[in-house]
Amino acid sequence: MMWRDSVRGLLYVAWKDMRAYYFKPPNISWGMLFPGALILAFTVRAPGDLQALVPGLVAMTALFSATSMEAIVITFERRTGALERLLLAPMTLPAMLAGKVLGGMLFGLTISAVALLGVAIGFGIALWRLPAALLALLFSTAAFSSLGALVSVSVQEVFEAQTLANAIRFPMIFLCGVFVPLEELPGVLPEVARLLPLTYAVEALDRVLSGGSVLAMALDLAALLIFTGALFIAATAILQRRLD
Amino acid sequence: MSDALPAIEVKGLRKRYGRANDGVLAVDRIAFEVRPGEVFGLLGPNGAGKTTTIRMLTGLTRPDSGEAHVLGLDLARDLPRIKKRIGVVPERSNLYSELSARENLIFMAQLYGVPRRVRGTRADELLHRFRLGGKREAPFGKLSKGMKRALTVAAALIHRPQLLFLDEPTSGLDVVNARGLRALIERLRDEGVTIFMTTHYLEEAERLADRVALLVDGRIVAADTVAGLKSRVADGETMVEIRYRDAMGSDCLRLRAADGASGVRAALDRAEVEGREVVSIDTVQPSLEDAFIELTGLSAEVMLAEKGGG
Repeated sequence: MMWRDSVRGLLYVAWKDMRAYYFKPPNISWGMLFPGALILAFTVRAPGDLQALVPGLVAMTALFSATSMEAIVITFERRTGALERLLLAPMTLPAMLAGKVLGGMLFGLTISAVALLGVAIGFGIALWRLPAALLALLFSTAAFSSLGALVSVSVQEVFEAQTLANAIRFPMIFLCGVFVPLEELPGVLPEVARLLPLTYAVEALDRVLSGGSVLAMALDLAALLIFTGALFIAATAILQRRLD
Repeated sequence: MSDALPAIEVKGLRKRYGRANDGVLAVDRIAFEVRPGEVFGLLGPNGAGKTTTIRMLTGLTRPDSGEAHVLGLDLARDLPRIKKRIGVVPERSNLYSELSARENLIFMAQLYGVPRRVRGTRADELLHRFRLGGKREAPFGKLSKGMKRALTVAAALIHRPQLLFLDEPTSGLDVVNARGLRALIERLRDEGVTIFMTTHYLEEAERLADRVALLVDGRIVAADTVAGLKSRVADGETMVEIRYRDAMGSDCLRLRAADGASGVRAALDRAEVEGREVVSIDTVQPSLEDAFIELTGLSAEVMLAEKGGG
């Protein structure tokens, strides 16, 4: 009986967030502009290399769209007391947070799927590869949205959430194979990159779009699933501790 | 739930914030009962532990020790079932500023599992009852403070709870809105809803509460009916209220005496010694404020201090 209340609450929390925050015209247009501007910038700089950068650019779009708004939403609701309002309803704390993560994940998935479709059309990527690419994006945005939740429960203010999110996201962009392949990174940086979820998102998309090993892609998805679980558990524990 | 069971039963509830050596003991082994259908007021100054108590009883904060039963259910084991049967009005009006008044109520109905076919009807009924019908499509963030408060109370009632928790319900409201909310609390009691409210307004507790517990520094100093608390002050004595006037202005003083006559004599003697003109002398019943001062050793001004949480 209780699990039904929690699942219902989870879904309504995600639906409410999407209506109230995510799928507002300014957020959608920002979400579309971001990957568009990046692709345009790289096209101008080095048109020949662009196709190799597609997995990284799409993964980066997923990272930013799944974390940016969510970190703000959760921190904002914590500040206004609206998050506690959800916890007064008949659902568990993990269910409430899962609803938040689901909302961020669906927003990230929508934005990055549009970016993926754009580059697929632009670069003539076979459309039959898109379902597998969407699967990779689904796992990626789940991990990134959980990261956004962890960031938001670790700080007090909205601006702190953005600062902390950027402190995590920007090093990831340079370490995780978006611009520089992992094998070309110096020293221990390739090993460090293996500890970051963006690495597996880029790899999974690269394998899908370039026809890589299915098993290797499954391992990337498994790694993203582990990141999702670990980040979500950490976020739940921190939020519970803050409430106590 | 049987009527014989208390709506709330608390035994030895304790909560400390921070570490054992330098933390704050917010609530210290409190015990009390709330009877079904009554308005129970938890009265205390800011920082006394009122909000912590309500947070523990509504599942937002876990107690360090002690036990509590709400509507006959164990707080530690049956919290999800308890949540379905209680409504909570937090101190802050914390609905969703982007959603309209009606959307907020519908969202709450969804979270509490109110059947789809009655959600809209209930939301409209509550909007009408709280005189928010004209603001049904207005975003919560654009409503006035009083309207936000009213909508927050309405949201807590959408699933028709048996027990309503109100944390400082009129704090920050203007006189008109505060009066309206007090009238609503009385109506809800008449409808059979049990109400647990915290307040630092003595007059509010005196007017609304059937029984009151005085909470100071995390401990319950006294718990009784308002009349019972007042009787502890009088205890066979008479209270005499004297209104003075002198060069500095007017003043009021309450004296306790064995009987009315000796009280009046004492008042007149005091006026003569202090060179004041007596405007009026009355024998009065002790107020809850007198009881609060007597039983807690605090001054009534402590209750008026700026709200700082609790």
